[in-house]
Amino acid sequence: MARLTINGKTSEVNVDPSTPLLWAIREQVGLTGTKYGCGMALCGACTVHVDGKATRSCVMPVSAAVGKKITTIEGLATNGTLHKVQKAWVDNEVPQCGYCQAGMIMAVAALLKDKPKPTDADIDKSITNICRCGTFQQVREAIHAAAKA
Amino acid sequence: MTTKTPKLNRRSFLVGTAAVGSGLVLGLKIPFGTSVVRAQDGSPEINAWVVIRPDDTVVIRVARSEMGQGTLTGLAQLVTEELECDWSKVTTEYPTPGQSVARKRVWGDFSTGGSRGIRNSHEYVRKGGAAARIMLVQAAANGWGVPASECSAANSVITHKPTGRTTTYGKVAEAAAKLPAPAAAEVSLKDPTEWKIIGKPVKRLDTLGKVTGAQVYGADLKLPGMLNASIKECPVFGGKVKSFEADKVKGMPGVKHVVQVRDTAVAVVAETWWQAKTALDALPIVWDEGPNAQVSSATIAETLKAGLDAEQAFVRNQNGDVKTAIAGAAKKVEAVYAYPFQNHAPMEPMNATAKYTPERCEVWVPTQNGEAAFAATTAASGLPADKCEVYKINLGGGFGRRGAFHDYVTQAVLIAKQIPGTPVKLLWTREEDMVQGRYHPVMQSKLVGALDDKGNLTGLHMRLSGQSILTAVFPQNLQDGRDNLTFQGLDPSGDFAFGYSVPHLLIDHAMRNTHVPPGFWRGVNINQNAIFLECFMEELAQAAGKDPLEFRRALMSKHPKHLAVLNAVADRAGWGKPAPQGVSRGLAQMMAFGSYVAACAEVSVTGGDKIKVRRIVCATDPGYAVNPAQIERQIAGSFVYGLSGLFMEECTVKDGRIEQTNFHTYDSMRIAQMPKVESIIMPSGGFWGGVGEPTICVAAPAVLNAYFAATGKRIRTFPLKNHGITMV
Repeated sequence: MARLTINGKTSEVNVDPSTPLLWAIREQVGLTGTKYGCGMALCGACTVHVDGKATRSCVMPVSAAVGKKITTIEGLATNGTLHKVQKAWVDNEVPQCGYCQAGMIMAVAALLKDKPKPTDADIDKSITNICRCGTFQQVREAIHAAAKA
Repeated sequence: MTTKTPKLNRRSFLVGTAAVGSGLVLGLKIPFGTSVVRAQDGSPEINAWVVIRPDDTVVIRVARSEMGQGTLTGLAQLVTEELECDWSKVTTEYPTPGQSVARKRVWGDFSTGGSRGIRNSHEYVRKGGAAARIMLVQAAANGWGVPASECSAANSVITHKPTGRTTTYGKVAEAAAKLPAPAAAEVSLKDPTEWKIIGKPVKRLDTLGKVTGAQVYGADLKLPGMLNASIKECPVFGGKVKSFEADKVKGMPGVKHVVQVRDTAVAVVAETWWQAKTALDALPIVWDEGPNAQVSSATIAETLKAGLDAEQAFVRNQNGDVKTAIAGAAKKVEAVYAYPFQNHAPMEPMNATAKYTPERCEVWVPTQNGEAAFAATTAASGLPADKCEVYKINLGGGFGRRGAFHDYVTQAVLIAKQIPGTPVKLLWTREEDMVQGRYHPVMQSKLVGALDDKGNLTGLHMRLSGQSILTAVFPQNLQDGRDNLTFQGLDPSGDFAFGYSVPHLLIDHAMRNTHVPPGFWRGVNINQNAIFLECFMEELAQAAGKDPLEFRRALMSKHPKHLAVLNAVADRAGWGKPAPQGVSRGLAQMMAFGSYVAACAEVSVTGGDKIKVRRIVCATDPGYAVNPAQIERQIAGSFVYGLSGLFMEECTVKDGRIEQTNFHTYDSMRIAQMPKVESIIMPSGGFWGGVGEPTICVAAPAVLNAYFAATGKRIRTFPLKNHGITMV
């Protein structure tokens, strides 16, 4: 049994402590916005915030997440108001299939917290998520739009 | 992707045959006399395409699948245009394949591949919208006791012109639903000059759920009492399960069942997917790999190489006497190219959820073709069509993997059949997805060109040697053994027409199949055909001492639409004018899926092997552009898919199996590598071309030609990583 704090709520999860955080979030807590893409921290579809840092949850064991503040895509909006990154994503119509976008948005939200006005070089360095539909052109535009918001 | 129907078993074949000839005109009729057909919430159905709720919400039924390409929004725009409804009140829903069967295939084809979503259904969905409008207007006119001809409709409001009285679609929907459908002859479509919403970059209808995490994909599905499954199929294609030791994992946490699936796969079913996957990893399985275990990339390449000079080949495009032309050439140019196996690798791995009882089998699946998923469900369950149903769930990418192939549906049903009454969600690992693909076919090409003493191209022989997708997937669609799909972009005419006039031409295919299962990979065979042809065109231009654009133009006077897009990118990119310092340009053009496409790439090369693709100018003439904003996104995205393929992606074969198992060995472009893509959308009207795939094929040759311009090096085998060339 491990106690996780996700989106401000505490959940008791009954899993082997080596279970990746991703699967505790999806299968125990029932938040499926965070996606499985590769299981090797290569694609970023599983990105969540752990103590405010963008973290690939598919390789982080539950045991390492205990006592930390975890935010998933479902917890990014506050009181029903979209986060500025989500809003920029809607305005710029970024998603195509959308499967990778939760992870992409979480990675971008963490970047903007660190660097409110990121340059293209900052974006290139920080955003390494895979998108097979190829939304990168809109992702870049939306990041700059969110930075101005 | 092909336009053909899925393989059907005997039982579902009866369903399929019943559908043949039913005609889409049924889409304009209420199939059960004048009794009102109702949607699940009780709202009246005006016809199969349109349901209108009392609050004026318009529900448009869309049979094709949305997988990111925007077809849901585009098709809704088409219906809306003729329905004259308020776009802000439009929502969409998928009819199920079971409903389609029960209603004699009233929604037509479900298959969403081959860039066909809009181009093959634009007419009947618009007629569906028009027929519904006629009924709504008639209902209002009846209510007022006036002739319908005195009424008009716009934005979901019907106006009686002489008196100015108005009513709304929501108010007359019940009455409209009771009216007979108009005769087909009464349903006319607007002239394109009258379009109000077709051609507008309206926002797509499905964005919000994708940014909040609310959208449910197949992999996210949860059903009461559901168990989760993880599966391993024999990694050597054609191999079988020899034995497995279920007892070794049965006591592991959460494990409920260890089951064999056909004679080729083993699955673990557990309370959670992570438990199932963990146990499957620990399960000892011995495979009977069979003779294919001897096959490697090298042996396959040898087989293809032998086809390059084989006597026998299927001829697709021929004029003049190419042998004589080459023999008499002032200059002969020759090159051999090769293109690898590639995996689709959509971000969401393959999955399906099935629930089976002897009375009913239900499947929830992200699919590009609900009808093919349905056929797989009836076949695997052994139940008749009226006892099966398939519910389409949102797709996390498709790219052709989820269209013709429903192996994961078959697996899910066969697992569920062993646990009757319990819903089972089967989700593949990324590793399984990588090694159980339906791969982009492997192909080589030998091109021989003949130039006269003035450097004009007088003869071209393009020999393809490699795999046929149709032979493996839809053999009934071969024509006297020939796979016409192999020649996409090289056809004498039609949706994949060759864009050059060459006095002596021969394009043929030595079919060399392998044990690696081929599939329709976004763009299918245009990708390698465009590389072979468009790179060789520049090799010829170089040998002739001519500018690559001028060399092409001289061969394109009879192909004005091909030429128009090529000219458009050349003009926009500034071809013929000096490029910025350190920048080189390359061109490519092709026709594919009914659209004309061209690109000009600008690259910088450092150290001879680091390519920065700085800018792409891409033009497309799709005939009509339904939603230019979404077309722009498809163009930009197609360059990510195409350039990832060019630089990074190859599935190699060792001991009969695919070696690449995840994104560390099968990489994909990141945002840092993304070029600036400028789209020129230039619909010339009068035809309907595709959007999702065509532009992918000009990505690679434009960049390769620019690389050649920068370095003088001509690369002919792919991906570029095998040459130590990286994308920066």
